[in-house]
Amino acid sequence: MDLDALTGCLVTSACLVTQTTSGLIIGMLLFLVAVGLTLIFGVLKVVNFSHGAFYMFGAYFAMTAYQATGSFALAMLAGAIGTAIIGLVFERGFMSRVYGRDVLMQLLVCYAFVLIFDDVVRMIWGPEFKSMGMPAAFQVVPLFIAGGVVPPYYLLLIGVALAAALVLGLGLARTRIGKVIRAAAHNPGMVSALGINTGLIYGGVFALGGGLAGLAGALAAPVRSLTPGMGFSVLIESFIVTVIGGMGSILGALVGALLIGLIRSFGSLGFPLFTEGLMYLFMVIVLVSRPSGLFGKEVA
Amino acid sequence: MSELQAGQGTALDVRADTKSTRYRDVLIALAAFVILALLPAFTGSKFLLDFVIRCAAYGLFATSLNLLVGYTGLTSFGHGMFFGLGAYGFGLMMQKAGVSVPVAFVSTLLIVLVFAAVIGAICVRLKEIYFAFVTLAFQMLIHSTILSWVSFTGGDQGLRGGIPRPPFLGIDLSNHLHLYVFSCALLVLGLLLMRQIAQSPFGYTLRMIRDNATRASFVGIDVYRAKLTIFVLAALFASVGGMIMALFVSGAYPEFAYWTISGEGIFINMLGGVTTFLGPMVGTVLLLILNDTVTRLTEYHGIVLGIVILFFAIGLRKGLMDFAWEWYVQRRDAAKERG
Repeated sequence: MDLDALTGCLVTSACLVTQTTSGLIIGMLLFLVAVGLTLIFGVLKVVNFSHGAFYMFGAYFAMTAYQATGSFALAMLAGAIGTAIIGLVFERGFMSRVYGRDVLMQLLVCYAFVLIFDDVVRMIWGPEFKSMGMPAAFQVVPLFIAGGVVPPYYLLLIGVALAAALVLGLGLARTRIGKVIRAAAHNPGMVSALGINTGLIYGGVFALGGGLAGLAGALAAPVRSLTPGMGFSVLIESFIVTVIGGMGSILGALVGALLIGLIRSFGSLGFPLFTEGLMYLFMVIVLVSRPSGLFGKEVA
Repeated sequence: MSELQAGQGTALDVRADTKSTRYRDVLIALAAFVILALLPAFTGSKFLLDFVIRCAAYGLFATSLNLLVGYTGLTSFGHGMFFGLGAYGFGLMMQKAGVSVPVAFVSTLLIVLVFAAVIGAICVRLKEIYFAFVTLAFQMLIHSTILSWVSFTGGDQGLRGGIPRPPFLGIDLSNHLHLYVFSCALLVLGLLLMRQIAQSPFGYTLRMIRDNATRASFVGIDVYRAKLTIFVLAALFASVGGMIMALFVSGAYPEFAYWTISGEGIFINMLGGVTTFLGPMVGTVLLLILNDTVTRLTEYHGIVLGIVILFFAIGLRKGLMDFAWEWYVQRRDAAKERG
């Protein structure tokens, strides 16, 4: 424990800015993964235990696309669209067969795909650590805000994630498709009786969730190292986020993700060996005091 | 109704002759132990004996998981943490405290009891998917603690340098044959105890909670306490499995506490089937054979294992012992109709 470092940082503006931005990018990446998880749970009522694999695929797709084309924008698109297609196939082909069945079966199907996807990545890209490298456009002098160092790429990352949150939130609340999705989450039988193809909605929501996780992976690729199995720790953290925020709540996912991001970045100063422990501790506190999460509607 | 329901095979009429069933179970256990213990006399294959020891470790773990998943309807996805805790607790006790084997054994059980009571008290109030993931989160917490507390646990290298195994009561666990018989004894004893729990009135209370928790609480059952009790009991048996594993490999490694152990435990239950008490045991043998074969054939054993899991979960929808039990019931009913 090193509380001096923590308090020392909290009163220095340079350190405060640096730690807050690093907390924000952790939080934003987590948000993109967690919001897909919470969306899929809210509509399909299943927890996609293999969601971390989509994050992993997004990163590898982005790396390959970037190396092939040299275009950063194309790399992001490849990450998001590639994983969305995998999500669609995965949902229609496999997950749709275990809806309404035992939770155990859903977990098992996802567990099988975690094993398969990790090995597929190992087969195609090899077991060693890979890195995509920072795109040339962002290899510029970092910004200095109140004495703290902020790489421009971090601002882009935060901006993209915030934009995704905004589009998603408004899209669900204001558009016709959003209304149909909310209706399907509420009463799929009735929606289907009104002549709407619920299978298509389920597939689309799964593809959207998978694509968001893929986008997170693609955004993370320049700043993280890539390895098979990289998705699992992200899955656990984003699950903690959804538990804290409340399953099925987008706002909850955002708040939960930012809280976890800040806990991680400031916790690593004060409790270097217990950073992960802090997250779990926080989750336990939330669960014990509010079992349905901070923004959850009903008790699970 | 959930699809995986344990103890369906033992219908209610069993309660009438509980006593004779118990004698039968004890006799079967004794016979099984004698057969296992005599095995080394017929085969000198160290590989086969090692295989049985690994079956004992994983079998105890998987069967204890079935007490939660199959009998109580608690889908724990972090049960492997108690396997890991057992291995580490036992290994550390022997390495650092230098106590005798029985003392280390009992104190590890006590440590696991405390952990399971605290974790269980938080987890069992949650339902279904929340329960699954919060147990998983606790497992990852323990795993990351083991990884980061290098000075105590050895970090990602695990507990190295071997676990000292001083002889006690004429049993010398550094002797392979003694270790083998000791593991078999623990396995048979553990299975017998779990069978008694499953067939006891408490075991039937658990089945009732699984089928209808609301009704169970209406007839005056303290659902929370019953769930917590079985959570702790299952954790104790899982930790015995971990201790056998620690003795077998003479160490403890972070993989023992990793989530994949829990995933494998769930899969073992699926593979063998949960209708019968011994289903998880059959599943253990199948998974270990499968693992050994696949690892020898290809380095990508995740793909093969994943496809097998999909085949069982989506294709068959049942475990092997479930099929065996259905076949038996059909024959029995057919025989009844004829007679």
